[in-house]
Amino acid sequence: MSELFSYDFMQRALLAAVLVGLVAPLVGVFLVQRRLSLVGDGMGHVALAGVAVGLLTNVSPVWAALVAAVLAAVAIELIRASGRTQGDVALAVIFYGGIAAGVVILSKSAQGTPANLTAYLFGAITTVKGSDLWVFAALAVLVIVTIWLLRPRLFAVASDEEYARAMGMPVLALNLALAVLTAVTVVVSMRIVGLLLISALMIVPNAAAQLLGSSFRATMRWAVAIGLLCAVGGVVVSYQADTPSGGTIVVLAIAVFLAASIGRAVVTRVRTRRHARAETHAHEHGPECGHPAVPHEGHVDYLHDGHRHAPHEGHYDEHDAAGHGAAGHEPEEARQP
Amino acid sequence: MTTSEPIVSMRGATFGYGDHAVVRRVTLDVHAGEVVAILGPNGAGKSTVVKGLLGLSDRLGGEVRLFGTPIDRFRRSGDHARLGYVPQRHTLSGSMRATADEIVATGRLVRQSWFGRPSATDRQVIARSLETVGLADRAGIDVVTLSGGQQRRVLIARALAAQPEVLLMDEPTAGVDTANQHVLAQVMGRLAAQGVTMLLVTHELDAFVDVVSRVVVLDRGGVTFDGSRDEFMAREAELLHEHHTHHHDDELTYPTPSLTGTAEAGPAGGAT
Repeated sequence: MSELFSYDFMQRALLAAVLVGLVAPLVGVFLVQRRLSLVGDGMGHVALAGVAVGLLTNVSPVWAALVAAVLAAVAIELIRASGRTQGDVALAVIFYGGIAAGVVILSKSAQGTPANLTAYLFGAITTVKGSDLWVFAALAVLVIVTIWLLRPRLFAVASDEEYARAMGMPVLALNLALAVLTAVTVVVSMRIVGLLLISALMIVPNAAAQLLGSSFRATMRWAVAIGLLCAVGGVVVSYQADTPSGGTIVVLAIAVFLAASIGRAVVTRVRTRRHARAETHAHEHGPECGHPAVPHEGHVDYLHDGHRHAPHEGHYDEHDAAGHGAAGHEPEEARQP
Repeated sequence: MTTSEPIVSMRGATFGYGDHAVVRRVTLDVHAGEVVAILGPNGAGKSTVVKGLLGLSDRLGGEVRLFGTPIDRFRRSGDHARLGYVPQRHTLSGSMRATADEIVATGRLVRQSWFGRPSATDRQVIARSLETVGLADRAGIDVVTLSGGQQRRVLIARALAAQPEVLLMDEPTAGVDTANQHVLAQVMGRLAAQGVTMLLVTHELDAFVDVVSRVVVLDRGGVTFDGSRDEFMAREAELLHEHHTHHHDDELTYPTPSLTGTAEAGPAGGAT
């Protein structure tokens, strides 16, 4: 295992994995919230055309991919914002145009071997160069700082765009910023995850995190933790098992997602069994309802015809002796509000 | 409020989208402390008026002033926090988890700098807004698990978090069951008692009859009644007759004379 860290290429691959694992879920959370889970996929397609042009003209493929992906991001967002009905078709043309042009141009380049193409599409740990790593690190810092600054407003726009506009927020500018950040993330991830699978690392950790966190903030933290785990774990497994790193990372992420889904389903089932819904009544308990309030273990129960109603999500649960011991529920705690 | 300047003032205002006028020649003033209900059938353009005040629909003619400032200048001035908007939405976004206080916090952003983070005051205002709508005990709960009426109250709290001078509410009871309509009306009664100015659009007054001070009826693209709540109640049968024939929805194009004067009828001046 320790030999893993003695190779220069592995050190670079692991560092790149840390950057990707951190950045991809951070950007992805807003894409999921805006229901744009597939947009990163399209940007990856267009980035391939950039890579190919870079290889053919001897420009660094990373920089060429960055230019292509950012241009695509801006075009995609402007087409979406225009709200035209043909917008969907226009996006498809851009996406498939990108990948088709990429494959064709790459075939004309000296480095356009099938092995190289596979590495660009699905990721390879041996391909991270020292010069790439500096670019990736700088871009990752840029993404993290921007997301940190814009996070409250990106959240506001993603959760209710109309309201954000009414409150005078620069909605188009924020959406463009998110699109460009997505493009930058595509490029940071291209070596390790590959252009066809990048989008998965932006989305799948968030899908899993949703099952584990109970707030947006907590979900974001879970997503980054899962992203880091899968990216670094995927690179290690890829080395041991000699598999393409991108595919390995995404398979791991999907495994985490499945584990989280099953775990969540089990927990929900157990909780529902222990969980007695109170009868519905035509008012909501509160300071004005007239039922005595009983502060209890961090929440407030209401005494309703001799039993207790505890607020749970949108309804009330029955709180009684069966749940957690009648001893803690002595009526002397009761107070009239 | 020391000035007698109306908070909202429309003079023959026409609103719509692009070239398409939805509501024509609306003349209406809302003064501080008033609770005005805009009533009218579906398709009468009630929501378009509210959206016009928020810059979400286009002003195609007439004059609109907010706090005495022409609306275009108001929107450029960055004073958006003075308007509180409660949109008509049946559900809050369910694509990512978000707790009630996270949603309410987005309403506070208009009063925060881009580089700052919520101060103690901001957090206090957010907590108090949730308390006002009776959801303090559910601040940390994922909003999608709340009932329709509770979600609507989260949206009211979000608007309150900006500490606005007027609340603009679009169909607050849409998709809310009777029990929750009652709580909603209580919340609005509490706000009205605090002197909060409200302009609400609704197709049924029943839930808010004790809260509103003035009623405006909008139909066929113009104002057809404007008076105090009691005046409205006295003529309700006659006005509602018009209402119950609900579907003049498809834009009739003949011009409707606007029968309205200004808002002297409102019982509450700037009594705060």
